[in-house]
Amino acid sequence: MATPAGPRYREALNQALREELTRDERVMLMGEDIGVFGGAFKVTDGLLEEFGEKRIRDTPISENTIVGLGVGAAMTGLRPVVELMTINFALLALDQIVNHAAHIHYMFGGQARVPLVVRMPQGAGHQLGPTHSHCFEAMFLQVPGLLVAVPATAADAKGLLKSAIRDENPVVFIEHESLYGVRGEVPEGEHLVPFGVARTAREGSDVTIVGISRMALTAERAARTLSEDHGVEAEVIDPRTLRPLDLDTILASVRRTNRCVIVEEGWPHGGVGANLAALIGEQAFDDLDAPVARVTGADVPMPYSKPLEDIAYPHEPQVVAAALATLNRTAAV
Amino acid sequence: MADSPPTDSRPREDALQAREWLETMTLIRRFEERAGEMYARAKVGGFLHLSIGEEATIVGAARALRDTDYLISTYRSHGHALVRGTPPENVMAELFGKVDGCCRGRGGSMHMFDMARRFMGGYGIVGGNLPIAAGIALASDYTETDEVTLCTFGDGASNQGTFGETLNLAALWSLPVVFMVTNNQFGMGTALGRHSAVTDLQRKGESLGVPGMRCDGMDIRDTYGVVCEAVAKVREERRPVLIEAITYRFRGHSMADPEQYRSKDEVARWRERDPLSVYGRQLMDEGTITAGEIEQLDAQAIARVDGAVEFAEASPFPEPSDLYDDIYVLGESSRGWYSVETTEDREEGSAASGPEPAVNDEIPQQLTSALAAGEDGHEPGDED
Repeated sequence: MATPAGPRYREALNQALREELTRDERVMLMGEDIGVFGGAFKVTDGLLEEFGEKRIRDTPISENTIVGLGVGAAMTGLRPVVELMTINFALLALDQIVNHAAHIHYMFGGQARVPLVVRMPQGAGHQLGPTHSHCFEAMFLQVPGLLVAVPATAADAKGLLKSAIRDENPVVFIEHESLYGVRGEVPEGEHLVPFGVARTAREGSDVTIVGISRMALTAERAARTLSEDHGVEAEVIDPRTLRPLDLDTILASVRRTNRCVIVEEGWPHGGVGANLAALIGEQAFDDLDAPVARVTGADVPMPYSKPLEDIAYPHEPQVVAAALATLNRTAAV
Repeated sequence: MADSPPTDSRPREDALQAREWLETMTLIRRFEERAGEMYARAKVGGFLHLSIGEEATIVGAARALRDTDYLISTYRSHGHALVRGTPPENVMAELFGKVDGCCRGRGGSMHMFDMARRFMGGYGIVGGNLPIAAGIALASDYTETDEVTLCTFGDGASNQGTFGETLNLAALWSLPVVFMVTNNQFGMGTALGRHSAVTDLQRKGESLGVPGMRCDGMDIRDTYGVVCEAVAKVREERRPVLIEAITYRFRGHSMADPEQYRSKDEVARWRERDPLSVYGRQLMDEGTITAGEIEQLDAQAIARVDGAVEFAEASPFPEPSDLYDDIYVLGESSRGWYSVETTEDREEGSAASGPEPAVNDEIPQQLTSALAAGEDGHEPGDED
């Protein structure tokens, strides 16, 4: 496949940050090694030079406190964007994200707002073992008060990040480590992607495949294989945000295809797919010709060893097999 | 600095201020007593943490602030709301869980808040307010105002990770925060010497670049003087200070506390230093106020609190339809109260529910073909 044109995912994020920093004086960035170092994944590269130390702040390694600073600053008029180096480190900040950022608007009777964005990358594939490689979107998805974004393309990374920064609510913005280097077309000019609107990546009438975060791309590849090798036309939906969730688009698709496969990199129990399968079961049970299928990460801490890591998160062949199974077919050619 | 400098160099209250201080301390005392009674009568739910005994610490510190300065507190926060001017009616109604509560019945005892008066909240998580205080100070600094944030927390919170993290960051970034540890001798039921290796709490900031001060939290004059000095320093020099206020709570940690961890004698000894009676006597001795005036002021506080109880009783409970209000600030990204954006089969105000999600079959994990080249987009030179 030819390399697509356009900026890399990380460059699209960088553009979003640069544009919003330029547009709004209140926007400021905090995080570990985001300034002088340019970001552990180079997302913030060049921003310190352009916007200065007041707005681009290297922090000590104090995740919970960095997010808490963001909460306080957001309550009193700034639009902070906090970078956490990986989603596993966000667990150190769960107190500020859940007990504080998510609940302050509600528990203080609507008096205060927390327009804070907390960015973090997730995902396996780089042999970083059990403390740097997980996918926790399901954990954040559960929390009322948070918005949760899981962009899979460069265009969505940029458009959703700009929307997140402009939103009045706290946003957990989940990037994917393995996507930072992937190029994609990004529309010229002001590009905003609204929350709560799914992207239909591919149309099809035989089965609906919902892919979360990087798995949206895995689902697209699986759909091509299904078409080319099996004559099955899959519709691929990338929800792009999990809170709010564009369930309407997913239900409308399921009502046409009567089959659904949900693909996520996170754990199976209490996962995004578990939640979505319940919602589809509740609202489209009569339209289903097969049980909703899930392809998920293995129910294990992420192992280091390459062959083990490879089988601990989903790949295209499993998605193909799961889609065929909803049609009572097997992958055997 | 190791200890407070002599008090004569410090600002002193005039007669009008003295009267207001005594009035406010009395209001807090009477409010807390009635709140305790209302709790015993099951008008107030959850936990109820009273600040009886700590009135001088609360009023002395808050009065060192300008109206434009921020105050942020803990789960023991009724007094902080009252000292900032939140009407006792709204604080009591919050305890009752009524719509006229200062947080519309959403927060309760531990989560008072009054944005308009820059009381930035009571927080139920020990140490949770410290980073937020630094964030507020960051915004003050960023917008180039000379506002100061006063962050109070208990001796127990000085052991939380956020204490060290926040003091370090505040010192590193020169943030205008006065950290004030209200040392009431106990982290819940664990005595100071049993929970902190260093019991001279004002020194706990030294290694983090935050100088310490100490005040007698039972003495409103000393508290006011020390906090004024700290606030002036922080406002001028734009860097944090840690104050330790030595005080004592006369009641249990919460209403559910049988107080088996301390002796009645110890409580009685501290009660001899009751900040209200000590200050009242002081003012009488100095001829600022008469015994009759103190009685009158007390009667007024009692009447005000009675009124607050009546108000709270009369205020309605929130409507069930209010349940989902203010989860989100509604706008482009959040058009409805529910996280799932669908208009189908869903009535406004009904909570989503459903059966337990089924557990799927084990996913076959063997890979049938090599990964597509570049599948994960990982490139040489990418950080990993």
